[in-house]
Amino acid sequence: MNRRLIKTLVGAAIFAAFAGGVSAQDSKVADELAKYREALADGNPADLLEVKGEGLWSEKRGPKNASLEQCDLGQGPGKLEGAYAALPKYFKDTNKVMDVESRLVHCMVTLQGFTQAEVTKQWFSRPGKESDIEALVTFIGAKSNGMKINVPATHPEEAKMAKMGEYIFYRRSGPQDFSCSICHGQEGKRIRLQDLGNLTTKDGAGTAMKTWPSYRVSQGAVWTMQRRLIDCMRQARWPEPNYLADSIVALETFLQKNATGTVMETPGIKR
Amino acid sequence: MNFKFGLFFGLTVIFAGQALADKPVEAPGGKFAKEAEQMFRTSFRADNPKYWMTRLEQDETMKTCLQFRDNPPRKVGEKLEKLNAATIRYPVDGKLIGDWKEGEKLAAVGTGGHIGFIQPDPAGRVRGGNCYACHELAKKEIAYGTIGPSLREFGKIRGKDEDTIKYVYDKIYNSNAFTACTNMPRFGLHSWLTPEQITHIVAFLIDPESPVNKD
Repeated sequence: MNRRLIKTLVGAAIFAAFAGGVSAQDSKVADELAKYREALADGNPADLLEVKGEGLWSEKRGPKNASLEQCDLGQGPGKLEGAYAALPKYFKDTNKVMDVESRLVHCMVTLQGFTQAEVTKQWFSRPGKESDIEALVTFIGAKSNGMKINVPATHPEEAKMAKMGEYIFYRRSGPQDFSCSICHGQEGKRIRLQDLGNLTTKDGAGTAMKTWPSYRVSQGAVWTMQRRLIDCMRQARWPEPNYLADSIVALETFLQKNATGTVMETPGIKR
Repeated sequence: MNFKFGLFFGLTVIFAGQALADKPVEAPGGKFAKEAEQMFRTSFRADNPKYWMTRLEQDETMKTCLQFRDNPPRKVGEKLEKLNAATIRYPVDGKLIGDWKEGEKLAAVGTGGHIGFIQPDPAGRVRGGNCYACHELAKKEIAYGTIGPSLREFGKIRGKDEDTIKYVYDKIYNSNAFTACTNMPRFGLHSWLTPEQITHIVAFLIDPESPVNKD
């Protein structure tokens, strides 16, 4: 918590230093924003979801009455430490590059006997309707807290996925001519007052990726990376890709590869 | 001798460096670009309305910008700029400067046009230019973005002659007529804004009474 507070204060100081050059009014806004961010960092509702996810992980459930404790997220059956930080990853048993969510669903289907439709029906929460996936991913993510993102994409299938993600990142279409790149491909820009990172660099991608899953104050819910990216598509005014679509896994591979080496701070808390 | 050799070696390095700098950047996706396009296009539910799915189609400008990561060689850029300039249409009455008060409202509206099954806009949601997302405009609005240049005091600085008015109208209607692959949307081309709405935003930028041009 102390580290978070120091970071927020340092961030606020830098922000204020930049804003100071612009006008007094701007720096007042910056101060208010810094206060808001500081308040956010103090106690994260995602911590509760993490505890719930831990319970779901070890509970015997589904037609096979089995827990997820033998689920292999890439580090071996039941090995959770650092698993999130090293995903997406190529899996031999499915011959696919999978992210944390597609792999988790795979485990719920193969180990617990659920159908894919059953487990993904509530892939994100709505008011009054909780999502097991959100809780499990928050729990799995927290097991990588403090560890470095590690997706070098050295396996040919991973390298290919990262390249395909790059393609989607630059692909422009729709009634606003958007692509991911037009907002997230340059340094030091803002949309309204929101800072934008350059996701093609380690710094920018690292800042973006290290805090997921994240509690979104504006949404009152924890969002997974799938949820986040599918919403980006909505904001670009495109149709929504399917949950667990390969194109979303490809974008994640591209972003995690760029972010590799950045220390995870998860679960995060955001606007 | 040593000096000559050093000079030769130095120049070789410089030329080689330039050659490398001129070498075109690889298109995104590399040899997997085609496969990536296929993968992306098959990522959507079959019951998406056809009208929604057309939003994934790319015209020549979009395809070319993707290929060059929004930084096309000048010759290619010029071709796109001509192509886009030819799309510009004007209001029937020919008047290119409208009501700045209407333009002020449109500049602030960032909603509208969201589709999908999760969080679409309700039918009839107002669509605006969302200018403040990327540009500084009136002094009193401090929540402005910086993706585009500041347009504060635009009319005060650039004047209000006919050429300037036409330039601003054309730029909003089809930004790519001036800078191929710019980040700015082509508001008129996509009918995101009507020609009349564009004239109001022109007025918001140029009219001396507009808050854009007031202290």
